[in-house]
Amino acid sequence: MPIGGRKVPAQVIELEEAVVTSTISGREWDVSGGPSRMLAPRVLSDYSRRGFEAIAALDGGESLEWCYGCGRCVPVCPVDIVGEYGLRKLHRMVQTGADLFSADQLWMCTTCGNCLRVCPKQVNMIKVMPAVREVAVANGTIPNELQGVMEKTFRYGNALGENPRRRHAWTKGAGVPVRVLAQDPSPVDVLFYVEDYWSYHPRGQQAAQAFARILTAAGVDFAILGAEEKTIGDSQRLAGERGLFEALMEDVVATLGRYEFRRIVTPDPHAFNALVKVYPSYGHHYEVLHYTQLLAPLMDKLPLEQPVEARVTFHDPCYLGRHNGVYDAPREVLRAIPGLELVEMGRCRENSYCCGGGGGGMWLDGFNANHLSERLSERRVREAAATGADILAVCCPYEVSRFEDAAKSTGNEHLRVLDIAELVEMAMAPVSAEA
Amino acid sequence: MAVAVLVVSERLVGEVPDVTFELLGKGKELATSLGGELGVAVIGSGVGELPFGAADVAYVVDDPVLSSYAPSVFERALRAVVEAASPSVVLMSTGTAGIDLAASLAASLGAPMASYAIDLATEGETIVATSQLYGGKLLAEVALEGRPAVVSVIPGSFPADAGRAGGAPRIEAVPVAGLGEAGAQGMSIREPEATGVDITASDLLVSVGRGIGSKENLELVQELADVLKVPLAASRPIIDQGWLPKPHQVGKSGKKVKPAVYLALGISGAPEHLEGMRSAGTIIACNTDPKAPIFEVAHYGTTVDLFDLVPELTERLGG
Amino acid sequence: MNIVVVVRQLADLVEELEVNAEGTDIDRDFVKFVANEWDEAALEEALCLKETVGGTVTVVALDEPDVDQTLWTAAAKGADRLVKLTGNDPDGWVRTRERAARVAAWLRDNQPDLVLTGVQAADDVDGQTAGVLAAMLGWPHAAVVVGVEPDGSQVTVTQELGGGTLAISTLRTPAVLGIQAARQAPRYAPISRIRQAQQSTPIEEVGVPEPEVGALATVRRLFPPPAKGGAQMLEGSAAEVAEQIVEILRSKGLVRA
Repeated sequence: MPIGGRKVPAQVIELEEAVVTSTISGREWDVSGGPSRMLAPRVLSDYSRRGFEAIAALDGGESLEWCYGCGRCVPVCPVDIVGEYGLRKLHRMVQTGADLFSADQLWMCTTCGNCLRVCPKQVNMIKVMPAVREVAVANGTIPNELQGVMEKTFRYGNALGENPRRRHAWTKGAGVPVRVLAQDPSPVDVLFYVEDYWSYHPRGQQAAQAFARILTAAGVDFAILGAEEKTIGDSQRLAGERGLFEALMEDVVATLGRYEFRRIVTPDPHAFNALVKVYPSYGHHYEVLHYTQLLAPLMDKLPLEQPVEARVTFHDPCYLGRHNGVYDAPREVLRAIPGLELVEMGRCRENSYCCGGGGGGMWLDGFNANHLSERLSERRVREAAATGADILAVCCPYEVSRFEDAAKSTGNEHLRVLDIAELVEMAMAPVSAEA
Repeated sequence: MAVAVLVVSERLVGEVPDVTFELLGKGKELATSLGGELGVAVIGSGVGELPFGAADVAYVVDDPVLSSYAPSVFERALRAVVEAASPSVVLMSTGTAGIDLAASLAASLGAPMASYAIDLATEGETIVATSQLYGGKLLAEVALEGRPAVVSVIPGSFPADAGRAGGAPRIEAVPVAGLGEAGAQGMSIREPEATGVDITASDLLVSVGRGIGSKENLELVQELADVLKVPLAASRPIIDQGWLPKPHQVGKSGKKVKPAVYLALGISGAPEHLEGMRSAGTIIACNTDPKAPIFEVAHYGTTVDLFDLVPELTERLGG
Repeated sequence: MNIVVVVRQLADLVEELEVNAEGTDIDRDFVKFVANEWDEAALEEALCLKETVGGTVTVVALDEPDVDQTLWTAAAKGADRLVKLTGNDPDGWVRTRERAARVAAWLRDNQPDLVLTGVQAADDVDGQTAGVLAAMLGWPHAAVVVGVEPDGSQVTVTQELGGGTLAISTLRTPAVLGIQAARQAPRYAPISRIRQAQQSTPIEEVGVPEPEVGALATVRRLFPPPAKGGAQMLEGSAAEVAEQIVEILRSKGLVRA
């Protein structure tokens, strides 16, 4: 769709003297004056550029107006499947005068990146949305749930409002010793960056404990930051609080600077994304792996003696797969588990269907409920169940609680949702602390 | 005999609240051990019959200016009563009038004050209060030695029946000058309208979770809520399904409630829900799963099926 | 309208609060301090009043742990002036009477039109600040306030009496109000604005003389309430459990007869 254009009033052309001659009969007609009335070619559309100008003026907002309306983005947008959304539609909204800064639609994008993947003009919503959201937040237009999360993150260093001093309480039930760097600051190979949901959410804690046991069985030298760990806050950044992200980054970098470690391993694709893509732009470089990338080459070191006889389908997390190109490591880990039959969903790998948690979506379910026929996680669970799988395997901490809730609400209770770490542990002979 | 304990009666509209009788009951006990009389301060307009048989003397300030409530005006009247009665102890509740008047009175008299008391005793001439602080996480044993000792008490701490008695106290009218010059003027009292649902305002909530199964089954629990005359509350999945409108939602993305009793039916106790109700006074949880997390915060629990329990409750409560 | 908001810090209730060795106060060493949530409501109401009738909002606090953060957050939300009163013991339990006396001294010199503060705080065993402040200044006051309407040299105030009943009165200014809830939820302060305030908004430090507080109640000891343990499971058939539940409701006065 051509952008801009200013509607011009009709310009009438009437010729004072005009004669039309038939080329067949030679007959002449006098069409002088009124009968010769014509309109000059002119621009009919009346779109103000103001909406685009406001967004293009923002750092990161320039690409929205490049859209020329091809529409490739709409069928791949996960929100459009359960609602009315898509990059092209947002572009049209702004073009026809809607104010994106105050619209509900501003908060429906999960920044999954599927639109960017297919866009011939590379309109980048991953940059546009946070930029617009930052302005909205500064103006006070922020959904309540999200406001609470931002305030908790700032105050407690985690999005859940939990006591920071209990951040490593999960280690008590791990069954194996977990070193906390504050207590033993000697150099370590792997800094296990646990992040919020594995630290505090009951299902996340179970995965964290399983992972600790796996690392021990594989003989990996690892440690955690414990109470000093703060969330990296990449989702908060994408939800409009760059200031919060930068404040957290200062603290995180300072804390990391006190210890010696070779690499950071995290279960959280959002933390992974920030450490790999965003921190370097501020001058902070670390070697970072997602935990499946650490495990994949180690699978033969693990005592995988108990087959997991199950049909398992795998959900590619947006921020591990599409955003960072890691599709194979989780699959390698799953395929190494004996007895496990891996089936792919139709929307897998680059076309994976977002669970709805990214970009702040984790904290906007209530707000977005008015615009969606069902949650993205519910839509995805239906797809997973349709593969005939017994288990939906995930490797992003947002997903376990989202998909478990969705399994119940879509009547798919038979579908178990398990983190890959939990599946690996199920195949392992029990680990003793001396191992 | 001197007045040992002065209870400030708090009837601003309607009936005398239970808490006044609770304070009269406890006040009688304290007055006896202090060897003095129990007085009651009655401040209002058109003060009629006084159901304060438990008190020995009633100090009455009756003035049209007091027909509507304004703290500074009532404080002037209370100050006059305290000067007339010269009590050793002044008791009020932690309701609005208590919050307005007790601390202010104590400060202006330079007297010691303890708020949020749930218990009171005498040790010789010293008054000892047990006060609830930090959202109930800690209790404080507080000693008040000056005179008068001003204490504001949390309603429900003492039995109201102990303060109800037949007979009538002797009346002492207390003249107060300058009620119209207190810098404030009461305008009106407005009763609540019955518009919409406010689950945060109820002392008791019946709350349902996924265990209810379907929208049709909600009727069963609605009956119970109706019999108890309280609103129905629910956890997020019920609201998301559209079985109840949003104002009924308890939890992280709903409302935070702090009723005296929270009856959780078929709620598992996900952290997001607990955030909305864990500070309820007493939590009674009904869930067929004995390992449901709700039992970690509940005070009472049962694994009886809610579909069996609810009709039994409804029947017993008059349904 | 010249509005002063009196704010204070409190031990964050998300923490496990422990009693100190002497048993007379909480252990303040490892506790995080945050703004009193009712004071945040008071600040919000003040900012809304400023938006409707114009004027300035000055936020006043004592010298307490992490109070600077609270003051800068207030500036990020729109407060004009930040004042920290020094002279109190920053690491101890400053009782309401002492707080109020210090603030009253400053207020006498600075004569605002309206003073707003939160209706209560989790440790105000000496009673709630608004009433104490007003008594010391001799100004009209009201607490549990949910509505504030300025009206020339007066202010019309709506108080919650309980059970949804409201009392409306007018107070001559200057007056002190204890806010229960502002007309809207406390606004969000974008982190970048808080960081900006840290750089650009000064906190005026003002010393106040040692105050007279009269007789204070003595806190002999603090102790946790008797432990509950996990849920007490009610046994028996549905009918028997129902009986027990009805008894619980009755003992709390939630059921008639």
